Amino acid sequence: MDQDMVRLIEPLIPALRRYARALMRERAAADDLVQDCLERAISRWHQRRHENDARAWIFTILHNLAMTRLRRAAQRPVHVALDDVDAAHLSHAASQEDGLRHRDLLAALAQLPDEQRTVLLLVTVEQLSYAETAQVLEVPIGTVMSRLSRARERLVRLMSAEPRAALSPPYLRSVK
Amino acid sequence: MSSRPITEDDLNGLLDGTLDPHRHAEVSAYLDAHPDVARRITLYGEQRDMLRSAFAPVIEEPVPSELSLLRMIEDRRRARPTPRWAIAAAAVLLVCAGGLGGWSLRGMGLPAAAGVQALAREATTSFSVYAPDDIHPVEVRAEERDALQRWTTIRIGRPVAIPDLTAAGYRFMGGRVVATEHGPAAMYMYDDDRGTRLVMLVRPMQADPKAPMVLHVQGNVNSFSWADNGLGYSLAGAAPADRLHPLANEARRQVREEA
Repeated sequence: MDQDMVRLIEPLIPALRRYARALMRERAAADDLVQDCLERAISRWHQRRHENDARAWIFTILHNLAMTRLRRAAQRPVHVALDDVDAAHLSHAASQEDGLRHRDLLAALAQLPDEQRTVLLLVTVEQLSYAETAQVLEVPIGTVMSRLSRARERLVRLMSAEPRAALSPPYLRSVK
Repeated sequence: MSSRPITEDDLNGLLDGTLDPHRHAEVSAYLDAHPDVARRITLYGEQRDMLRSAFAPVIEEPVPSELSLLRMIEDRRRARPTPRWAIAAAAVLLVCAGGLGGWSLRGMGLPAAAGVQALAREATTSFSVYAPDDIHPVEVRAEERDALQRWTTIRIGRPVAIPDLTAAGYRFMGGRVVATEHGPAAMYMYDDDRGTRLVMLVRPMQADPKAPMVLHVQGNVNSFSWADNGLGYSLAGAAPADRLHPLANEARRQVREEA
């Protein structure tokens, strides 16, 4: 049974890390989240209903943990080291130009409401089906579709708007 | 024969490859006839490609060993029949993991409980409370500077220099002892000719006894904080960061000179 779990879940770990990174933005926080998720998955594996596919099942666990943490973090004054959030973290391999475009993209992505950002990431980056996405988010497929439309439209608008005009959250930056 | 109307769901479906071949052809034909919509869908496609490429490097990273599923399962199985030594070992591991976990939280969304980040928040709070106060912004006025210094020395446990920012156009108004999460702090207030106020907060630092200067932004209050020699300093104000920064540098220079 454990072998079953390893066979089904282990190949998903890089994707879990990717979704966690997109939501938490900072590497250590994202990996910490994935670790929590895997621990929960191990303890609940036997309760899993087998008609549900493993990918949607484990993404649901990860998503719920992430939302709890993000909500908790939102209730406190935010104190993010800008350098840690930098898009450069995500695009070491990318060219400088790509890096800049990615930075704008991530800044715009950060401005989407959670419900739109998560749908967009699950569908486009994780390439979950609409049905799987609906399962992860625990909403009807119709809701997934309308959030997806709104997310795409809004992201295009944000990307074409004045660069970096947005309000920045409180942050901490090393100046010397 | 008229076909079913094209919906936004169809357009998303085209991008996400969920349409059957027949519907796919219908939607493609619709886009050929509607260049505006086609342009929007092209943008969506570019957006999808960019999102994928922005996060692609994460997939290439080697998975950290803490995320080894086999090891996690193994640890869990071993934990079941629990001999006493294993409890002790687990306790040690937990303490280590707690430390590491705490360490890994540095710099992310959660505010640090101590160190210059906490100092910056406390300075911001003092600024927000006392700077708008028109009745008693300070308890001891500049004329009684010596009394203020005696008071802060007793409460802080060591003498705290009062930087002179006159050259930059800010007069010393006076100060008071204020409460922070980390005990008493000396608060000094300055203002310029237009009545714009700044607050300087000084307190002993258990964490980060020496720290380089950092900028903290919370709402419209900027602050520059640093620590030298066990004392933390934070200069906070509603002034722009590039205006505040040289003032903080000047204050730090004077404090170091006096030390």
